[in-house]
Amino acid sequence: MNIDHYKTGGHFDEMVSPEGEIRSHYEEFYKHLKKTSSRKMNHLQFSANQTQRSMGMTFNVYHDNQGLEKILHLDIIPRIIPNSEWEILESGLKQRTKAINYFLQDIYNEQQVLKDGIVPSDLIVKSRDFLEPCIGLTPPKGIWCHITGTDLVKNVDGQYYVLEDNLRCPSGVSYMLESREIIKRVYPDIFNQKGVKPVSDYPAKLLSMLQNLSDKPKPVVGVLTPGIYNSAYYEHSYLALQMGVELVNGVDLIVENNKVYMQTTKGLEQIDVLYRRIDDTFLDPLTFNPESMLGVPGIFEAYKAGNIALANAPGTGVADDKAVYAYVPKIIEYYLNEQPILNNVPTYLCREEEDRAYVLEHISELVVKETNAAGGYGMLIGPKSTAEEHEKFRNLIRNNPKNYIAQPTLSLSTVPTLADNTISGRHVDLRPYILYGKDIEVIPGALTRVALKEGSLVVNSSQGGGSKDTWVLY
Amino acid sequence: MLSRVANSIYWLGRYLERAENYARFIDVNFNLMQDLPGDLKEQWLPLIATTGDLELYKSKYQGFERQNVLFFLVFDAENPNSMISSIKFARENARIIRENLSKETWEKSNELHYMMQHGLEKKVWKKEDPRPFFEKVKNQILLIYGIADSSVARVEGWYFRQLGQYLERADKTSRVLDVKYHILLPSDQEVGTPLDFLHWMALLKSVTAFNTYRRVYGNIDPACVVEFLVLNKYFPRSIYFCIKKAEHCLHNISGNLGGGYMNSAEKAIGELRSRLEFSEVGELIGYGLHEYLDNLQVKINQISDLVDTTFFTIRDNQVQQSQSQS
Repeated sequence: MNIDHYKTGGHFDEMVSPEGEIRSHYEEFYKHLKKTSSRKMNHLQFSANQTQRSMGMTFNVYHDNQGLEKILHLDIIPRIIPNSEWEILESGLKQRTKAINYFLQDIYNEQQVLKDGIVPSDLIVKSRDFLEPCIGLTPPKGIWCHITGTDLVKNVDGQYYVLEDNLRCPSGVSYMLESREIIKRVYPDIFNQKGVKPVSDYPAKLLSMLQNLSDKPKPVVGVLTPGIYNSAYYEHSYLALQMGVELVNGVDLIVENNKVYMQTTKGLEQIDVLYRRIDDTFLDPLTFNPESMLGVPGIFEAYKAGNIALANAPGTGVADDKAVYAYVPKIIEYYLNEQPILNNVPTYLCREEEDRAYVLEHISELVVKETNAAGGYGMLIGPKSTAEEHEKFRNLIRNNPKNYIAQPTLSLSTVPTLADNTISGRHVDLRPYILYGKDIEVIPGALTRVALKEGSLVVNSSQGGGSKDTWVLY
Repeated sequence: MLSRVANSIYWLGRYLERAENYARFIDVNFNLMQDLPGDLKEQWLPLIATTGDLELYKSKYQGFERQNVLFFLVFDAENPNSMISSIKFARENARIIRENLSKETWEKSNELHYMMQHGLEKKVWKKEDPRPFFEKVKNQILLIYGIADSSVARVEGWYFRQLGQYLERADKTSRVLDVKYHILLPSDQEVGTPLDFLHWMALLKSVTAFNTYRRVYGNIDPACVVEFLVLNKYFPRSIYFCIKKAEHCLHNISGNLGGGYMNSAEKAIGELRSRLEFSEVGELIGYGLHEYLDNLQVKINQISDLVDTTFFTIRDNQVQQSQSQS
């Protein structure tokens, strides 16, 4: 394939340095790319698409009355990360997870961090994600955030910046696992030569982490899904299958005497641990949202009584709020007495007068985000928006400043991507997965999301993004 | 096994079997039409009559032109029993319980779904000869059975799928046999003529029973065909065989391998099985074949309902909630 024309376009490119040299960890792959014809590459891409379709690797698109299942496009050119770089990421993510867990335990109990003025008290206790029913609770083994998927990007300076910590029900890990299986078939040779760290033991690690939450010798574990219309249903069933546990809906469960039971063909069977993929407030209509038909009435009381473990623990969402995010470096220093290893993106909190004034004035240079929105909804990318849109967001911010934060636009790094018979750079982010069981473990791989449209920075699957396999080298 | 999952597996079995049977008898009707003398109009009405959806068909179409009938039976999403609907439901059930299926079973069911979508896009029903398409669909379903057969553990889930499959098959064989009631001969005098034989042969072929029947009975004789398809103890599509297998599944599910019955579904199917076991073909025909088959279909439906109440019904935890709140 002719890739001599490949340009970095002023961004940090993961394969090519600004001087046009191939970075050493990409060398072998680059050679492989050069000697493979574009016809062959297109054919391999076509087969990968077919495989995805037959596997049913789909997500549902909301607001689509057809109930359309879409395939998350998998670009066959991988993103490669050298081990030295990964080690930094790994220790940074462990540090972050540990600190956030201390933070969660603290704010639901002593609230020392608030008393000491490290984090503004109202930001936490008035947050809609701060769950009062969790006050005074210590979850099994003291772990709140069992499964985290942290979003990072690499800026033009070559440094990683954390975009957000997803502590509720981070999705995408099934794509990381299934994509690897597909990509292994695309590059059978190169895989052996390069030495790529495996990710396939994730489900086993997830299962033992979940089992660890119960004191029973053989705990019954399940995955709780909102059901087939949820956008991540594929993932829920995939994980249940890979772990060999039941995939349950709210309707399958019933609570009696503060114990949770599954309704089976042979009667009731107690369940001990749930990896729940239902949002906090939908978990239990008796404790939270009474309108919810997804959850299980009485499950929260059973949880409080210690008869069922939930992962992630209810209430973790308060710590991945985009406003709390700004305080994570301070949180790390406060609990661990260490310097944060990973950068935060400089964040302007519209709730603070000074920050707000800056944001209103410089809105055309900034990315404005709703503190509680996900999936790329409710955001403004200043440099790519019209004056009209700027004004609209200025008004939104003035009316409800606490609801917004703003950050400078980062220049996301690029990775070569197959596009229209050629290869060109496309912006990516990175979502590694962290499990907190007996220890904290970062899985050596990630979901790399890629903005398929040229120049676009929006990588969300719901907004036209695709994905790449992420190779962490030995 | 979760009750909801068992329910889905059972219906996965039924829908796959339904789709396969549709593929079979459309194919056979097509063949039959080619053998009929030119002055005899193509008969597509009987095919719809056997599926039990004649009313729905009449509300949508005028006349029984081949393309309309084919579209209705194969690709019409508004017909809940069409092949495309059955396959969609089968795949939907498979998707709901994917974690309980082997990877291959899911993937092949998923591919089958796309195969139907492709047929829809290509307007297969308008083709001069759509038979290769039905052949493909049938083979894909047989492939799923084959994979399951050699890769699925014989535990509860297996028996629920088989139960669905055999009850559906028993129902469909009874309907295939009933076609003969609906196919019109030009006149009473035609009974026993080559034309009449053609019909009986087509019928046997639609359940892949022709060669086996020949070996057992030799000549085509209506009473023998009925006996073979209803009461034969060894042919895997005879009604008796299917009911016996379904009963076996129910006993394996409940663990009741010592005989008798443990629940109402087992009781109902035991009754039906023993009635078939001790029936003579003469009694059946004397009763009136069409009436007998109608009756049989009602019984099979009753058994299916009992399976539902015995294993799939779950308590509504949301109801409990409103009670405790009031």
